[in-house]
Amino acid sequence: MRIRFEKRLAPSPLMTVAVPVVSVILALLFCAAFLALTGRHPFELYFAMLEGALGSAYGLSETTVKAIPLMLCGLGISLAFRMQLWNIGAEGQFYLGAFAATWVPLTFPDLPVFIMLPMMLLLGMAAGALWALGPAYLKVKWRVNEIITTLMLNYVGILLVNYFVYGPWRDPKGFNFPLTAEFPPAALLPTFGGSRIHVGLLLALALVVLFIVIFRNSRWGYEIKVIGSSERAARYAGMDIKRNMLLVMALSGAVCGLAGMTEVSGIAGRLQPGLSPGYGYTAIIVAWLARLNPVAIVLVAGMFGVLQVGGYIVQTFGVPASMVAMIQGAVLFFVIGGEMFANYRVVFPNSKGAEKADE
Amino acid sequence: MRNRYVILALALVFAAALVLGGCGGGDKKPAAPAAPEKMKVAFVYIGPVGDAGWTYAHEQGRKYLMEKMPDIQSTIIESVPEGADSERVITQLAEQGHKVIFTTSFGYMDPTINVAKKYPNVVFMHCSGFKTAANVGTYFGRIEEARYLTGIAAGKATKSNVIGYVAAFPIPEVVRGINGFTLGVRSVNPNAKVKVIWTNTWYDPAKEKQAAVSLLDAGADVIAQHQDTPGPQQAAEEKGKFSVGYNTDMSKMAPKAVLTSAVWNWGPYYVKVIDSVKKGTWKSEQYWGHMSDGIADIAPLGPMVQEDTKKLIADAKAKIVKGDLKIFAGPLKDQSGAVKVPAGQVMSDKDQLGWTWFVEGVDGTIPK
Repeated sequence: MRIRFEKRLAPSPLMTVAVPVVSVILALLFCAAFLALTGRHPFELYFAMLEGALGSAYGLSETTVKAIPLMLCGLGISLAFRMQLWNIGAEGQFYLGAFAATWVPLTFPDLPVFIMLPMMLLLGMAAGALWALGPAYLKVKWRVNEIITTLMLNYVGILLVNYFVYGPWRDPKGFNFPLTAEFPPAALLPTFGGSRIHVGLLLALALVVLFIVIFRNSRWGYEIKVIGSSERAARYAGMDIKRNMLLVMALSGAVCGLAGMTEVSGIAGRLQPGLSPGYGYTAIIVAWLARLNPVAIVLVAGMFGVLQVGGYIVQTFGVPASMVAMIQGAVLFFVIGGEMFANYRVVFPNSKGAEKADE
Repeated sequence: MRNRYVILALALVFAAALVLGGCGGGDKKPAAPAAPEKMKVAFVYIGPVGDAGWTYAHEQGRKYLMEKMPDIQSTIIESVPEGADSERVITQLAEQGHKVIFTTSFGYMDPTINVAKKYPNVVFMHCSGFKTAANVGTYFGRIEEARYLTGIAAGKATKSNVIGYVAAFPIPEVVRGINGFTLGVRSVNPNAKVKVIWTNTWYDPAKEKQAAVSLLDAGADVIAQHQDTPGPQQAAEEKGKFSVGYNTDMSKMAPKAVLTSAVWNWGPYYVKVIDSVKKGTWKSEQYWGHMSDGIADIAPLGPMVQEDTKKLIADAKAKIVKGDLKIFAGPLKDQSGAVKVPAGQVMSDKDQLGWTWFVEGVDGTIPK
């Protein structure tokens, strides 16, 4: 008897919802066994994790804070991915955005807020866009693989930021530690209430609406989809593929740059190494799990926020960080593994020899 | 074949029931507030407690504290990145009622200060930073004094007169360590050079090891380091060369290679802090301890260290502890040979805290 996997023509709508939910539950059960073996009470820990991340106003706000850069980077990445442009460079574009935004308050510390913030925003997006345009140009001109170029530019971007933070931009009052001076108040994004949730959240939500409109109702969104699914068909239809590649990559980079700008201005308040604990990479998983759907990206980014914020909480119960990482890893493993069941159906050969598909 | 799914589902339910049953047996809650009157103390770590280096040394300090003061309760949170996460973690610890919170990495400085503003009744102790507040103190130790002694061991052990130094970041703390070490090396071997490689990471065992390998390939026969793990020591062990450890006694990780290690001994200081908080005598200060306080020391010398070297180290240590030997006393020359600290003077603490140049004998550059 052999079990076969058969690709579905379209992902099953039921499975699209059911698979992630069941996957998360299975992952938690899987880890529960390990936690129980180490003498801990797994469900109490899971509850603590959820409560820490969602059970209080503070936890909820911090989960959101964690999710904002993931949302923005995820949205940026999804734009390129829709056109089958594999922009792996969100991390570098994030740092470039933060870098360019930092230049404004360091150079003109006395600008009024209504000039300062828009300037930081624009420069951050422009820098992210430029960082993505290089690989896009190489791809259009000589078909250079953008996975490699965007990935490699991440390291260049991070090292560029490090160079400035360790060198010319070092805070003169900072005992030569790798930090820029603190931003003046005018360069800090407004936050909501007493929380650390900053305006970046609104920008992310606005982008979600914009993306939905583009992909549902605009001709350009349609073009991107067509180019993504078949370049040849797009060319027959007379679409300008090269122009679109450049444009889409630039916008993708701009949104990731925006993420960097909001993080440095809304959270850190100064540029320093380690601004991102890998948001640009995690966002690739976020975009992918969300199937590039803008609304889903927000939800999945939120789920990652819960995993991260809750993860630190359970450490206060004496659970080592490695075990928290195991839970987080298992959730991802099961969800991504479960994806297969949404795209493929399992075919069991039945006893009479004839094959019958089973949902 | 729907019944296959039914069977599968049943199997899953059964498995779930087993798990639930297995752990629902009324076992005790971990770290639940059993005795609420116990004072709660928390430690925030940059790496995992098993890094065998920086975080491990702090964890040893915490264990020492718990041994000496069994009437307190302590919480640790490991592998906390220095960005947005640390501020939340520190806030939550304060929110959970911890009375003293030790934040043990430089990058926790701003987050610690920010949280401290919101929790004026909590004492915050930040390791290696420079910002204080009424309820925030800083603490650190002059590990350079111990490094000077390890430099003597390295200077006597080298045959190629090239000593490799795997260094994390070009910040004053690390520069100070390299300078202290080099002065120790040159005090017994004026021809030796200390070759520096920056890794730009605190915790990356593979990268640290790789950096050590490239130094060994470049002719170094002793490897010193300023990192969070014993990766460089393992590289030296594999190539049959010597090394000098940091943070903790690394001879366990590389018994044939490790001459000695410059080690932290945080425990007694942690006891002192908690004791003063309990008594209500705690006041914010910037503590920068000497070897004479016991906060920094060297690990026992390995069997390969010669007798005369042992004596040199013991003599120098006695002088440092007594205060007769100031390792950063003039004349101190920079790499170009220019005198930066004239004879008869000792480099001031302020200059040491912002140190951005290498002493003569270091082969390397500090990015400007």
